Amino acid sequence: MKYLYYPGCSLEGTALEYNLSTLAFMKAAGADLEEIDNWTCCGASAAESVSRLLSLSLSARNLALAEKMNGSREILVPCSACYLNLKKTAETVRTEPDILNKLNIILGEDDLKLTGFVRVRHLLDVVSQDIGPGVLKNLKKRSFAGFSIAPYYGCQCIRPFKVFDDPEKPVSMEPLIKAADADVHQWAMGGRCCGASNMNTKMDIGIELVTAILKGAKGADAIVTVCPMCQINLEAYQKIISKRCGEDLNITVLYLPQFLGMAAGLSGEDLRLDLNLSVTGEFRRKLKDNLQISW
Amino acid sequence: MSQQEYAGRKHETSDPLFEIRKMVNACIQCGTCTGSCPNAFGMDFTPRHLWRLVLTGQKDEIFKSRSFGLCSACYYCTLRCPRGLPLTEAMSALKQIAASEKADVFKTGLCFYGNFLESVRKHGRVWELEFMSMYFISIKNPLIPLRYTSLGLRLFSKGKLSVRPHAAGRTMSLEKLFLKTKEVEQTIR
Repeated sequence: MKYLYYPGCSLEGTALEYNLSTLAFMKAAGADLEEIDNWTCCGASAAESVSRLLSLSLSARNLALAEKMNGSREILVPCSACYLNLKKTAETVRTEPDILNKLNIILGEDDLKLTGFVRVRHLLDVVSQDIGPGVLKNLKKRSFAGFSIAPYYGCQCIRPFKVFDDPEKPVSMEPLIKAADADVHQWAMGGRCCGASNMNTKMDIGIELVTAILKGAKGADAIVTVCPMCQINLEAYQKIISKRCGEDLNITVLYLPQFLGMAAGLSGEDLRLDLNLSVTGEFRRKLKDNLQISW
Repeated sequence: MSQQEYAGRKHETSDPLFEIRKMVNACIQCGTCTGSCPNAFGMDFTPRHLWRLVLTGQKDEIFKSRSFGLCSACYYCTLRCPRGLPLTEAMSALKQIAASEKADVFKTGLCFYGNFLESVRKHGRVWELEFMSMYFISIKNPLIPLRYTSLGLRLFSKGKLSVRPHAAGRTMSLEKLFLKTKEVEQTIR
């Protein structure tokens, strides 16, 4: 299993542990990741809100860089927003040839050329489809029996492109959670929106969405995410929200490769559990007592 | 070219809503978008209402509304629209017009996105510390940054906010790409 790797800007900063745990887990699972040389920002939600062509050209640059790499023809993307931007651009150049021409005029300034042959894939797609629960069971060194895990998919890895999961009722994480012997927390919030950048520009609106998700997760030991934006929105405002609601809504939020990595025997240090913002004391104790994981 | 055709063309180039109207032309006003929108509770016009305003060309009303600025691109409306309309894309297109016309209602959003892109233009990758500092300065409201101070300190103490751009030591400026994109946008239709 060989993939080109596009970490994206967040994974070098606020989501550092997502990057490091993805690399550690994928290595343990036998996958080979080759980082795209000199990759740049995908435009996030910012470019799309200002100019459609800029949003496409920022992503197209990275697709063109990926085409220059000799390794795989598949790009693995852990961030859902980066995934959607790159995927959308790949789909657009396939269906709108005049856009491809425009993009190549722009990329020509940097001596780059886009053909459109690389396939863009989300980390969850690769982990659930290429690696899958069978391999995870073989890798398993620790059992999460007695843990209840809430799978949180967010939006942009499942919508609008229906690739590996049901965009209305996603389930792709469930066999992975079960492969680690954990129970899947039953809830309807898995595919709901975390508020995305509204949390930074209209906090009052974003808070409402995160409150509903945290309330839905009550009873679970942890929420597992596959996007840096979802992760920070769910973990960073728990104290404010708990105070506002008058109930304790603090809960551990982990990235999927951190959770699967622990099951595969990786250490708390390998997975950088020290960098998460919301690991509760109770969860830490349970990890230590049941699984001998500490950091 | 007949006079009618000419009028149509003129309409096409002078009316920024023209392209969006094409996207939502088949709207049957069923309200599935509104019922699916997680942010509708905070909007002055619901998404369904907004499409009606687009179709009837009520530009002033639209760009005084905070509705499109609240779209968080969850794609539920696009997924569920019984007419298969690209509604999330239409929301983005409204943001793009508001950005180019510097609409008052989109000011905070534009500060956020504008400073983000400025950081990307300079460094190739967004430098979060620089971008958030510039954003907080540009919104000129000292109370808003206060709400994020504790988060900022937590991120900083965990070494997640770099004091240097990620591209430090490498030249990854996207100046050329930004300029050429603008040029192509303005010259090639």
